[in-house]
Amino acid sequence: MAYEITLVTTMAISILFALSLNFITGFCGQISLGHAAFMGVGAYTSAIMMKADIPFLLTIPAAAILAGILGLLVGFASLRVRHDFLAITTMGVVFLFVGIVRQQEFLGGEIGISGIRGSSFGRLGFMAICLGLAGAFAAFSLLIKRSWMGYVFDSIADNEDVSRILGIDVSKYKLIAFVVGTSAAGIAGALYAQHFRFVGPDSFGFVESITVLAMVIVGGIGSVWGVAVAAAFLSVMPLLFQFVNDFKILAYGALLFAMMRWAPDGLAGIVARSMKKLRGRS
Amino acid sequence: MLYLELLFQGIVQGSIYALIALGLTLVYGLLRILHVAHAALFTLGGYLGVIITNATGSLALATVISMVVVGFVGMAVYKLAYEPLLSKPPFIALIASIALFIASEEIFRIIFGPYGLSYTTPPLQGYFVLFDGFFLKHGEALVIVLSVVMLAALGWFSTKTRLGVSWRATVTDPDMASAFGINTQNVRYMNFFIGSALAAAAGVLVALLNNLVEPSMGSVASYKALAIIVLGGLGSIRGTLIAAMAIGIIESFGTIYIGHLLDRDALAFAFLIVVLMLRPQGLLGAK
Repeated sequence: MAYEITLVTTMAISILFALSLNFITGFCGQISLGHAAFMGVGAYTSAIMMKADIPFLLTIPAAAILAGILGLLVGFASLRVRHDFLAITTMGVVFLFVGIVRQQEFLGGEIGISGIRGSSFGRLGFMAICLGLAGAFAAFSLLIKRSWMGYVFDSIADNEDVSRILGIDVSKYKLIAFVVGTSAAGIAGALYAQHFRFVGPDSFGFVESITVLAMVIVGGIGSVWGVAVAAAFLSVMPLLFQFVNDFKILAYGALLFAMMRWAPDGLAGIVARSMKKLRGRS
Repeated sequence: MLYLELLFQGIVQGSIYALIALGLTLVYGLLRILHVAHAALFTLGGYLGVIITNATGSLALATVISMVVVGFVGMAVYKLAYEPLLSKPPFIALIASIALFIASEEIFRIIFGPYGLSYTTPPLQGYFVLFDGFFLKHGEALVIVLSVVMLAALGWFSTKTRLGVSWRATVTDPDMASAFGINTQNVRYMNFFIGSALAAAAGVLVALLNNLVEPSMGSVASYKALAIIVLGGLGSIRGTLIAAMAIGIIESFGTIYIGHLLDRDALAFAFLIVVLMLRPQGLLGAK
């Protein structure tokens, strides 16, 4: 049972993390190659507060706020640079984050912070909290997607200049997307720190940023349920591929490449196409 | 004295960055793709260099063979991976490229083992004594000389030969170029061949300086080179060369003077972010 609880908790945290990126990249069309940095900010915030004997539930909003502040800064950067330049700037953010953390004594430096105290909820209760937060953010995403704001995001993702001509305050909505997405990543970070009872600079690097972007793209960029399914699957894939242990990263790379090559619109696209086919036949 | 030594280290590192980043710039200028898997070709070049040198004893032969073979592999990457994705949004090609890079790192690890390979008898280990107390390794001198020679040859090729002119014409305006009877498909192949061959040369040189090739040697190159071409202004060759030297020298001095605040990689990206906030189009990019 303990194994299943760990598995489900891992999945829930990944779903929240992937959906948080989906809010920025999927909804608002702003690519980010450095999303793990925001999870890292949340994780370190929570870890340090836990060390200072502050209740776990209070560390969650703190993690969200700090990650959101950093997200606001990166959001301002996104007003200045676009497309490929933004992709590389966000990549820079994650290297900067890791580089700074490595050199700070009070953040544990290279070694990180270990022995984080467990919350008072127990493993099962903690799993419920993770599932609840992931579910709540998924519902919130769906709500936004179907609201007026969702259409504005669509329009910005599609064509920023035209949106501006239509009178949309593009800068404001981009900042909103960044703040919401990065705060949620911060919450995912707080959960991560509690789940593994450990945070280190290598847990929130470039590779992790790519991994979460892969979840969003494999799921189908912008599709809430597609991204959730992909995140749940990909987060436990290394465990499922244990039988090809030596080849599991190769399999991951190959799967991602094949997906881009033959089904770049992700799971959501595949399902949409097969639904269309089914309807066409009947 | 320390300044001069740091400056030289920076120039050596900058030359290597330039060789790697040039191929990326060429690909970006032509196809608007951020070609992360370029770093895998750099690694392949390094492996071939070490393996062939160990088999034949000739570093020169190894360098040439490695460049030609990797050049063809680069063409294959374009044909198999990028050509079908050209009509898709750019991030699709970017993710495909990252996936390809992850997979090839694993292939190097599985085939050649996780600990890497070294030269059995490392070539060019001597020193030049420039003046009292200042040494330059033969290998480092070779890096600088070879980079200058290859970049000069590239410059000559692109301005003074028919093929080179058609290449530049295609980069500037593909439709117009093909209207003038240039086979843009061939230009793309040539582009990948040249860029990949330069990366292979960089791989051989890095293998020489470190006397080691390992599966993960490309990971530093992959993101650092991306930072360099963005810093230079995406697609600008002159900008790329300046940015490569700037990053090389900044890292060399920065690790000594502010290394306690930021590590080497963070330093390069801090510089990148500062420049981009001031000049969003990069150092020499067109607005």
